[in-house]
Amino acid sequence: MSALGKVVRAGVGRRRVQTVVTVLTTMMAVTASVLAAGLIVESSGPFDRAFARQHGAHLAVRFDGAKATPAQLAATARVRGVTAAAGPGRVFSLRPRPEGAPEGADIPPLTVAERAAAGGSVDVLDVTQGRWAAAAGEMVAAANTPFRVGDTLAFPDAPGRPRLTVVGKARSVGRTADAWVAPAQAAALVPPGTAPAYQMLYRFAAADTDAQVAADRAAVTAAVPPGSVTAAGSYRTARHLVTRESAVYVPFVVAFGVLGLCMSVLVISVVVSGAVGSATRRIGILKSLGFTPAQVVRAYVAQAVIPAAVGTILGTVCGNLLAIPALHHEGDAFDTGTDATVPLWIDIAVPAAALAVVAVTALVPALRAGRLRAIEATVLGRAPRAGRGRAVRRLLGRLPLPRPVSMGLATPFAHPARSAGMVAGVVLGTVGITFGLGLGLSLDRIDAGLERRSPGAVEAHTMGRPEPGAPPKAADPDAVARAIAAQPGTRRYVRITRSEVGVAGLSGSVAVSAYSGDASWASYEMISGRWFTGPGEAVVPSGFLKTTGTRLGDTVTLTNGARHVTLRLVGEALDLSDEGRSVLTDARSLTALGLRTDTPMTRFAIDLAPGTDARSYADGLDRVLRPIGGGAEPDEQESSPVVIAMDSLIGMLTLLLAAVAGLGVLNAIVLDTRERVHDLGVLKALGMSPRQTVAMVITSVAGIGLVAGAIGVPLGVAVHSAVLPSMGDAAGTRMPSSVLAVYDAPLVAPLLLGGVAIAVLGALLPAGWAARTRTATALRTE
Amino acid sequence: MIEIRGVSKVYDGSRPALDGLTLDVRAGEALAVLGPSGSGKSTLLNLVAGLDKPSAGSVTVDGVRVDELAEAALARYRRARIGMVFQFFNLLDDLTVLDNVLLPAQLARTARGEARSRAAELLERLGIAGHARAFPGRLSGGERQRVAVARALMNRPPLLLADEPTGALDTASAADVQELLTGLNADGQTMLLVTHDTALATACATRTIELVDGRIAGSTTPRGLDPGGGGAPAGTGLQAPEGSRPELGGVPSRDGHPGSQGFRHGSGTGGRAGR
Repeated sequence: MSALGKVVRAGVGRRRVQTVVTVLTTMMAVTASVLAAGLIVESSGPFDRAFARQHGAHLAVRFDGAKATPAQLAATARVRGVTAAAGPGRVFSLRPRPEGAPEGADIPPLTVAERAAAGGSVDVLDVTQGRWAAAAGEMVAAANTPFRVGDTLAFPDAPGRPRLTVVGKARSVGRTADAWVAPAQAAALVPPGTAPAYQMLYRFAAADTDAQVAADRAAVTAAVPPGSVTAAGSYRTARHLVTRESAVYVPFVVAFGVLGLCMSVLVISVVVSGAVGSATRRIGILKSLGFTPAQVVRAYVAQAVIPAAVGTILGTVCGNLLAIPALHHEGDAFDTGTDATVPLWIDIAVPAAALAVVAVTALVPALRAGRLRAIEATVLGRAPRAGRGRAVRRLLGRLPLPRPVSMGLATPFAHPARSAGMVAGVVLGTVGITFGLGLGLSLDRIDAGLERRSPGAVEAHTMGRPEPGAPPKAADPDAVARAIAAQPGTRRYVRITRSEVGVAGLSGSVAVSAYSGDASWASYEMISGRWFTGPGEAVVPSGFLKTTGTRLGDTVTLTNGARHVTLRLVGEALDLSDEGRSVLTDARSLTALGLRTDTPMTRFAIDLAPGTDARSYADGLDRVLRPIGGGAEPDEQESSPVVIAMDSLIGMLTLLLAAVAGLGVLNAIVLDTRERVHDLGVLKALGMSPRQTVAMVITSVAGIGLVAGAIGVPLGVAVHSAVLPSMGDAAGTRMPSSVLAVYDAPLVAPLLLGGVAIAVLGALLPAGWAARTRTATALRTE
Repeated sequence: MIEIRGVSKVYDGSRPALDGLTLDVRAGEALAVLGPSGSGKSTLLNLVAGLDKPSAGSVTVDGVRVDELAEAALARYRRARIGMVFQFFNLLDDLTVLDNVLLPAQLARTARGEARSRAAELLERLGIAGHARAFPGRLSGGERQRVAVARALMNRPPLLLADEPTGALDTASAADVQELLTGLNADGQTMLLVTHDTALATACATRTIELVDGRIAGSTTPRGLDPGGGGAPAGTGLQAPEGSRPELGGVPSRDGHPGSQGFRHGSGTGGRAGR
């Protein structure tokens, strides 16, 4: 090994604390960075790859066949910007009923498209099971539908009430339809004397953003007679749906990544500066032995880069491991056979960038070491310059405090730069704790808020599990209501029926939940406005307001064929179901629409009298309801797996950040103790006890912890306030104020002491070392 | 005052620094320990100060078995029973002269007023009151050692330990310190000096021993005193009764009261012997 190599190896081995701190801090920073980069890049990776392979349709447009001819629609393939097109093909919205299901138990309408084959130039479908539909009476179901090959679905609303058998399943990454039928079957589905609707699929030269897709849609719309376009679906909606879950992770992981990187730069800067500062004499000896300035610089940069490289490798592994649960959903969505993983280029680029940051950070103090003249270096002592902090020391000495305490409090002023670094490190740790804790509380409140969709302790259904061997049947909702009212322990209940309706100005349908009975207690978690109090009022999620461009106080028109009702929007609720496209209202609001609000798909939310056991109540009610076709079960509030995964990740990153901050303090105190070991020896020779020594070292960081807490807590709150709405945006909702306002006095008070806790925990170990330092040895140290 | 019985000290299995040493120092005595480098002088001082533990044997100071004390008890022992003066002064550069002198009293939690009064008195008597608010770096070597002596005497210790107290001083300053120590002993302060300086030993000590390879190679009474009697000759007024606590730690004042010798101020003539 070369002389330089030996110096580097000795430096790394001798400074074990600094080496460990460097390893851990870079590990934390690289873990968060790899995870953040992986989530940003790979959350949409499987979708984008599958979409490209299928030549997915950027836009699926539905036309009114009464206003545009097939020839006119085929001509839109030559609209400027269109690079490929498929169609026109007939398309239908049909409400199926599974075989054996009772009347009224229809499931939401399916978009059924005419298609002769799975292939083509646009939207090349993957047949995942069975075969393609070749004849009338057959259909292919989309991979994301619950139907199985061999199922038969009845379409009671279509001409001739056809029954179609599922002969295959296929995947359209862009979700252009829910089912496909052969041309022969499509022709039979058109009501006599009516013009069918048509679907065209397009690919465009520019469709990377929502704005570009909107411009493409406008170009197509302009090419056909006015009013021809009845609906258009962008591939970006499907893309958003599959990337939404991991996109929610991105804001907070990025925040932790930035905090981790700042911490790394800070800690490494302090470590290398400390190494140079405390080894001034050693540097002088090296130079006097013939080391060149460049060799000295290389030696000190290498002493930081080697442990940082170890931390970087560990961080890359951890980042990849943590990405598995976060990206799991994306891999599943396309049956790629393996989970989505962090791309290799990120595993190379992020660690390389982290090491470059470490090297540059270390270079500054290393250059200082390189520039030191040998004579200066050998003559300079290790003790801090005596002039620093004298005034503060004298001032503190006058206070009626025990001398070890006043000496400890004055210590930071002897090393202003190092103390500032320590404050910054503890600030970052405090920011991490404040932010992480707040985020965890907010997520819990979001989870609880989302659970408000099922407000009761027990939920009853009109369609329960059938008795063994008995055919499925639906209970009469009124009979279920009577049973609930008669059940001991019932405090109140509300009937909720779900339907699909149209909204004026919006393509497609939205889910509407109609509440019958006392709904006053069944409010969702409100973001703004209030829960509806009677007919004519509606509560909607943020996604609805965004999609329709409406605000609270506006009115919206719900349609059911030719019938319509107008409702006033009185509240914005926290709800992520149905992609945020849902309406919550009193059932009486929908009377004019002629919707069935007594369908078998009715549920009852039941609030129990105090002291009633939910499990016993549900079992008793279930026994009553099963003979008539219904059922009941306790509404167990289970945390969302996404929230659990996020909580775990947040907890781990917070702990890691706090630990690195504590280790940063430990490192600084170790440096300080080393430099002041002679003074410690003097103090001990004068009678300073081990307890007094520990007190002095601990109080030397207590002030730093207090200052850091005072700075870090507001910063942590600010980061929380900035990140949480971004997470909401990614999920498609605004956040209720209760979710943001988690920092109340009982939380803030201990958080303010969090900085002190980090600093004291970091200082405990070196304080013990200082207390145990042998006085005779310390006195000999110069 | 000091009873050392069969003390050995071995570092890392090498040759013993002290080898079965037995030694007594009586109250009021000033014992100078001479010897070449590596003879065990500093080891002996460290054992008496409780800075180190013997490998074998016992060390008793003022009735306390030092070698059996735990760390916290050792700290209390050092606060109450010994004062230490070092070759390189070991003053804390960040503290003023006054704060350095006050330190042992503050560690011992002496009442503030009492401590300040005692410090002022010591500084006055040692002729460095004018430098009370100065930082040690601005003082000459002799002045710094006076500050170190004042600090060592702050808690009125029955035993003063001095490790090469003139080793880092020029001739004039060394003479100044020598005079100071002689006066202290004359007023009854028990002292253990470790030094290479035979002149200092001759002037200050009531008895000298020479250590060679961790054993006592010889003993003399340079000031013509009874090596077992301790203290100054009868009739000088300097002898303190055995077990007594000399007033002000036995510090003689410039005007000779309560000691008989005047002391030259450390006026900077001794130059600046920095570390």
